[in-house]
Amino acid sequence: MTRVVVLDYGSGNLRSAERALERAGAEVEVTADHRRAVEADGLVVPGVGAFSACMRGLLDAGGDRVIDRRLSDDRPVLGICVGMQILFERGVEHGVEAEGVGRWPGTVERLRSEPLPHMGWNTVSAPADSVLFAGLDPETRFYFVHSFAAREWPAVPGDGGAGKTRLIRSEHGESFLAAVEDGSLMATQFHPEKSGEAGSRLLRNWLDSL
Amino acid sequence: MAVAVRVIPCLDVDEGRVVKGVNFTGLVDAGDPVELARTYDREGADELTFLDVTASSGDRETTYDVVSGTADQVFIPLTVGGGVRTPDDVDRLLRAGADKVSLNTAAIARPELLETASRRFGAQCVVLSVDARRVPEGGEPTASGFEVTTHGGTRGTGICAVEWAERAERLGVGEILLNSMDADGTKEGFDLEMIRAVRAAVGVPLIASGGAGDKRDFAPAVHAGADAVLAASVFHFGQLTIAEVKEAMRAEGITVR
Repeated sequence: MTRVVVLDYGSGNLRSAERALERAGAEVEVTADHRRAVEADGLVVPGVGAFSACMRGLLDAGGDRVIDRRLSDDRPVLGICVGMQILFERGVEHGVEAEGVGRWPGTVERLRSEPLPHMGWNTVSAPADSVLFAGLDPETRFYFVHSFAAREWPAVPGDGGAGKTRLIRSEHGESFLAAVEDGSLMATQFHPEKSGEAGSRLLRNWLDSL
Repeated sequence: MAVAVRVIPCLDVDEGRVVKGVNFTGLVDAGDPVELARTYDREGADELTFLDVTASSGDRETTYDVVSGTADQVFIPLTVGGGVRTPDDVDRLLRAGADKVSLNTAAIARPELLETASRRFGAQCVVLSVDARRVPEGGEPTASGFEVTTHGGTRGTGICAVEWAERAERLGVGEILLNSMDADGTKEGFDLEMIRAVRAAVGVPLIASGGAGDKRDFAPAVHAGADAVLAASVFHFGQLTIAEVKEAMRAEGITVR
């Protein structure tokens, strides 16, 4: 059975993530233990609330080092919601800038369209070769609840930009990144653990890829 | 590509049992909240709301059990409200598996509770529930003509419902559940004027509640500005299914899941 650790760093509805992953067929442990988190087949990084608070919690728990260790060995990591946002270079909330883990280029900012939070079930546009969205109809909806997101994926000189990365977008008055698949590092802005059957299928797709 | 308008059934839960008449065929136990939650999930509910009516009797433990039991088996968002008085109450419900917690009476007495909860847990999980009505004759007039009530709509507060919603947004709530006490139980449709008034004032998502009696009642609430529609009895008694409501909304050009 695929073993997954849900990283417990004081953020996110850990129980929902745990139960949804179990339902999708994984053996799940919720822990902050570095060794367990590094050794698991897959690591899920949840997150709700403010970017800066999440990032502080992650650093305090040494979660950034766990993510680094895993990715240096190409071991899969899945970020969810603010657990996705903190993978970017920085987040700006109420004019205050906070540094992220910096795995991905770009800034997480407040969306410009009301109503905010963007709350509810929305569609995404995923490329045909997507791992997470394989077999899911383009009409499929996922549950979002967030006011901030990464809009752009700036090209980084020398590495070919997003060429090797699959960017999955959604729209709430404007386009933003709903998910990213970047080799062993993937993340969703929406909550697969709260997205019913569609979310379960996405989690199964991820588990199958481990 | 646009976010779908949510259809939300609301269940009254008292000491771990669903009360106020639920009449579904095919249920082994119509009073079991977990079984009902699963049924609504299957029917296409976009979220679920539990209103804990036990609050007065003080037995909250069973409520936490019900929330965790439901969250373990139903994989759509769950909002819990009723008798939430402190940030610790919010914390316990979130830990039990609620995704959002709605505050009502305690927030009227202590508006700072909204700010504290929003800062500590994030705006996305703090819902302000407003039970509002038209100011009755002889009552203290308010700017909008609508006032906030307590005690199930029986007691006016003299607080303007629209100003209260605006203030709650400034204090950091992520969503407003607007329940018309005039329309509630009438089955004559939502209070569109009230929805329009609150919509014009706030930028957070707005859930309309109170008055649904027919599948054609829902689209006007959305056109008046609601991002979600909530109903209880029409669903409980099998008078309408979630699918019928969504179909009727879709026919009016509204995006639904």
